[in-house]
Amino acid sequence: MSIIWSSSLLWPYLAHERALPKGEEAMSSSLRWMGLAPPDERPRRMMKVVSLQLTLPVAILTIVFLTTGRATSADRAGASKGTLEAKIAYCQDCHGALGQGYRGYYPIPRIAGQQTEYFENQLRAYVEHRRRNNIMFNVARVLSPSMRAALAGKFRAFNPRPLADGPRGLVARGEQIFQSGVPESNIAACAACHGPDATGSEQIPRLAGQLYPYVVRVLANWSKERGQNPANPDTSIIMKPVAHSLTRPQIEAVAAYVNHLR
Amino acid sequence: MKPTSLKMTVLATIFYASSAWTGHAESLAIQNCNWCHGASAQGYAPAPRLAGQSDKYIENQLISFSNHTRDNPFSRLYMWGAAANLSPQVAHYLAAYFSTVPPKAADDGFRDLVAIGAAIYQDGIPDANIVSCVACHGPNAEGAAEIPRLGGLSYYYLKRRLEQWGEGFNAAAKFPMPQIASRLSPDQIEALASYLSFVN
Repeated sequence: MSIIWSSSLLWPYLAHERALPKGEEAMSSSLRWMGLAPPDERPRRMMKVVSLQLTLPVAILTIVFLTTGRATSADRAGASKGTLEAKIAYCQDCHGALGQGYRGYYPIPRIAGQQTEYFENQLRAYVEHRRRNNIMFNVARVLSPSMRAALAGKFRAFNPRPLADGPRGLVARGEQIFQSGVPESNIAACAACHGPDATGSEQIPRLAGQLYPYVVRVLANWSKERGQNPANPDTSIIMKPVAHSLTRPQIEAVAAYVNHLR
Repeated sequence: MKPTSLKMTVLATIFYASSAWTGHAESLAIQNCNWCHGASAQGYAPAPRLAGQSDKYIENQLISFSNHTRDNPFSRLYMWGAAANLSPQVAHYLAAYFSTVPPKAADDGFRDLVAIGAAIYQDGIPDANIVSCVACHGPNAEGAAEIPRLGGLSYYYLKRRLEQWGEGFNAAAKFPMPQIASRLSPDQIEALASYLSFVN
């Protein structure tokens, strides 16, 4: 039994000893099979004669361009890590190639099409600990204000389809709450501030296409994450009574509704 | 014996034997995995621990072995053949089974690198555009849905897996692991792999 087992381990090493066609042989035989002649058997075109006088200056210029253009790998690494392109790729790692969001261990929100003022405010809030999130604190603390603005503008322009992974059965109820509010609980219509199409404006965020588990988590845990710096209250305070008054079923309904909006 | 009770005995024996036969076939598939992955699926040499791994992740890996998108050296050498003849039902069954086996941490990393690895895992390296692994893999490297559990996997396996993305293997893996892993330096990979090998 052990002999069979150990010889089976050797199989990959033995296989390549057989004369399997490799590389150009394989290519030629495949081409022949298809009825085409391999490249070296085709009639050659006449080559254009290039003046020898040009080759020396061209050779010198080539060497000059090749050597002067090359930065050391350390310089290139430093320069490239700080660039906007590198930072965008960094954001895309979690938020998705088009900023559409991702369901990781934590739901990572959609940032595509987000209002730029809201986007920049959140990054500042993470750094100033007004909004508590360790992952985003680390991301935001190395960003300069101009970088924040550039990233905001970049992701504002993306417009991917929403993930739309929330429960469809709750959408109708969610639309009712979103557009008309819950008068008996003194909750205004979300549309009043977030817009009838949930795209927000200025410092009021876009909700359209936002991830279902993210909206649920944020509304259900509003005061645990936002407004964490009592010495420095921010605009998130405006949502506090709304988030507190909404019941869990109402939260889920609203989340399902905005989740499917384009 | 009377004819009817003889028939009953024969039928009962056939049913018993055939159910044992099917049972044997199912456990045969698991045995074939245990050859390399260890008797309790805790991993052995280059074969990673399967015990306690996300079942969706295992299924996805079996699919990527059979369609060759996972082309790491040992994957090509061993897993392409192993996964080639798995039907989707058996792959699903295997994944479900291994996800329920209790995992044990490998504890085979370098202890003095654990603190550095923990810092990278929890906070990322924002200056180098490395995200915190927690966002997807969870605060205890437990993974979620199709995202693998990393906690307690062997240092050697994690190290090679991260290095190989930088070397261009498995480029078709789920976004964004190839990009993230390519940005890690060798020291950072060793620290991360060490830390994770001790996470329970």
